[in-house]
Amino acid sequence: MRHILSILAENEAGALSRISGLFSARGYNIDSLTVAPTEDPTLSRFTIVTNGSDDVVEQITKHLNKLVEVVKVVDLTEGNHIERELMLVKVRAAGKDRDEMKRLADIFRGRILDVTDKSYTIELTGTGSKLDAFLMAIEPGVILETVRTGASGIGRGERILRI
Amino acid sequence: MQLTGAEITIRCLQDEGVEYVFGYPGGAVLNIYDELFKQDKVKHVLVRHEQGAVHAADGYSRSSQKIGVALVTSGPGVTNAVTGIATAYMDSVPMVVLTGQVPTHAIGQDAFQECDTVGITRPCVKHNFLVKNVADLAVTIKKAFYLARTGRPGPVLVDIPKDVTQASTEYSYPKTISMRSYNPVTKGHAGQIRKAVQLLLDAKRPMVYAGGGVVLNDASPQLTRLVRLLGFPVTNTLMGLGGFPANDPQFTGMLGMHGTYESNMAMQNCDVLLAVGARFDDRVIGDPVHFQRADRRIIHIDIDPSSISKRVKVDVPIVGYVSEVLDEMIKLVEGSPQRPDAAALKAWWADIKEWQRKDCLRYDRKSKLIKPQYVIEKLYEATGGDAFITSDVGQHQMWAAQYYKFDKPRRWINSGGLGTMGFGLPAAMGVQMAHPDATVACVTGEASIQMCIQELSTCKQYHLPIKIVNLNNRYMGMVRQWQQFFYGNRYAESYMDALPDFVKLAEAYGHVGMKIDKPGDVEGALKEALAQKERLVFIDFITDQTENVFPMVPGGKGLTEMIMAEEL
Repeated sequence: MRHILSILAENEAGALSRISGLFSARGYNIDSLTVAPTEDPTLSRFTIVTNGSDDVVEQITKHLNKLVEVVKVVDLTEGNHIERELMLVKVRAAGKDRDEMKRLADIFRGRILDVTDKSYTIELTGTGSKLDAFLMAIEPGVILETVRTGASGIGRGERILRI
Repeated sequence: MQLTGAEITIRCLQDEGVEYVFGYPGGAVLNIYDELFKQDKVKHVLVRHEQGAVHAADGYSRSSQKIGVALVTSGPGVTNAVTGIATAYMDSVPMVVLTGQVPTHAIGQDAFQECDTVGITRPCVKHNFLVKNVADLAVTIKKAFYLARTGRPGPVLVDIPKDVTQASTEYSYPKTISMRSYNPVTKGHAGQIRKAVQLLLDAKRPMVYAGGGVVLNDASPQLTRLVRLLGFPVTNTLMGLGGFPANDPQFTGMLGMHGTYESNMAMQNCDVLLAVGARFDDRVIGDPVHFQRADRRIIHIDIDPSSISKRVKVDVPIVGYVSEVLDEMIKLVEGSPQRPDAAALKAWWADIKEWQRKDCLRYDRKSKLIKPQYVIEKLYEATGGDAFITSDVGQHQMWAAQYYKFDKPRRWINSGGLGTMGFGLPAAMGVQMAHPDATVACVTGEASIQMCIQELSTCKQYHLPIKIVNLNNRYMGMVRQWQQFFYGNRYAESYMDALPDFVKLAEAYGHVGMKIDKPGDVEGALKEALAQKERLVFIDFITDQTENVFPMVPGGKGLTEMIMAEEL
């Protein structure tokens, strides 16, 4: 089962290494990982998407809590939450295809950030499945390059992750 | 006052009450060694290999309630120390390792004797720090000691670049420390404890399974009191030996891969299992599927939440310091009008006595060759069961665990988790430094003792009168046993060829050496060795090569599927 773990940790050198090292050392998988400081510059927030049985994810959570720099760990998938991911995708768009590409970008509420006579670079945000759907909607031969951030998540309503 | 990083390091150790630092100098730590030289509150023990320094700090910690400290230089000093650090990590031993590092401006440039210490040791320490600014040094060292001793103990490493040892700052050692991201739960949940006590009082076939956590948390008095109050059978893991007095009739012996028949049978056939400071390791429970087939309720008390329900699902988990949780349980048991079911307990003990009749630890006492089990029994008698026993790894380790009856905790010092050959002698050095007047014996094999043999020189320098009991069977015994049972007697590389004359070797280092090859001489040799209060004695016992450790739960088999010694 897919789980999204949100982790608050001390914003110190080596924290990222320690957290990712934990996953690799114990053979747990990381589908995606994103991290940045919070509004409190002494704290970083990690969002890790992992796949595993409930038992495995329980072990992962316990091990993460054991790490000295980790302040708090929350499994967002245990309750209502919002997920968003950012994708930048460079596509070939020449001649007749340019209109169709712009239409698709509009349908997916993407924005075109860069234009040449042969290509567009499109910014798209949404859930991982929306981004996947966009890539499926356009012809595979037309994709020049993609870069995705991985999911970021936040709890809905009063579910707040802070220290 | 303004002090250099090197002065601060030494002052911190003094303020922590550290008596000994086990170490080996090198370029990156020269400034620290200079400051060590200029004072005499903290004494240095010079080893002959950095692995020895860390094992010695480890033995120092395990045998006392203090925190061992090791000091090594950068690069090869650190990599030599890694085995020792991993050994301590696997057995949750509190320790602080100070390592030198190249100057901060040289880090990452492949400098001379540089290595990524923090990166290399990250998976085998409780925590590590790289101090980039001398202003952080004192607080970091304070944090290191705090982390080492609290929660689940473990080795903590502090990497100190050379320029940091030269820079100066205002020195102030914090009196207390608190870390918002580190708050181990130490007090057990009251509701869970009540549930557990009710289960125990209702049990018909209860079993207590106690491990290294009892020893580390000094909870032996509480465990002993609770077990005696309830009248339940109790077993210890390899790491827990001494946590409950072995000579007490309620003790069924060690359990696990080489545990007693009765302990393993009771573990599998009980209806309520109380696990205290133990982690259901693969050496203990055998095949986890087989283990969980038994219909029993399991209570698990542990300081580390990640150890609970890791391998075996438990019914009543209790996270907290073992000593504190047991104190609460004792209060509840004493205050309860309910007593355990006497009739059920009587029937259960009858079962256990039946299993004990198998006499699973018997061996041929009429042999003309020295049986290694006999040496351990005689060692036990000659020391009055009161010595500190360190061990290396292999058959000799199992026989020492089986035949030396430990009545007190912190007397049995061995590498259980990592199983590091070479641990025995340097660990014995640390134990002797912590207990200068005690009898310290290192039970070892001729393969293991050669791994850190250079520490014989350290023993000479510091006059450590350790007794080395070498069970010499001219094989890597445990490897050979597995090759006999599971690899059709194909003894691949397990024969010890070109062995030195250990007597001459011991004498070359300035110690006393003895070679004993007749059973009739064993007792006398041990007595003679123990009478030598000032000198290290190396006794090379030439033992029966064909002896195997029994019982044995083969890898992957269920706990009750033990191989027993042949009918004698």
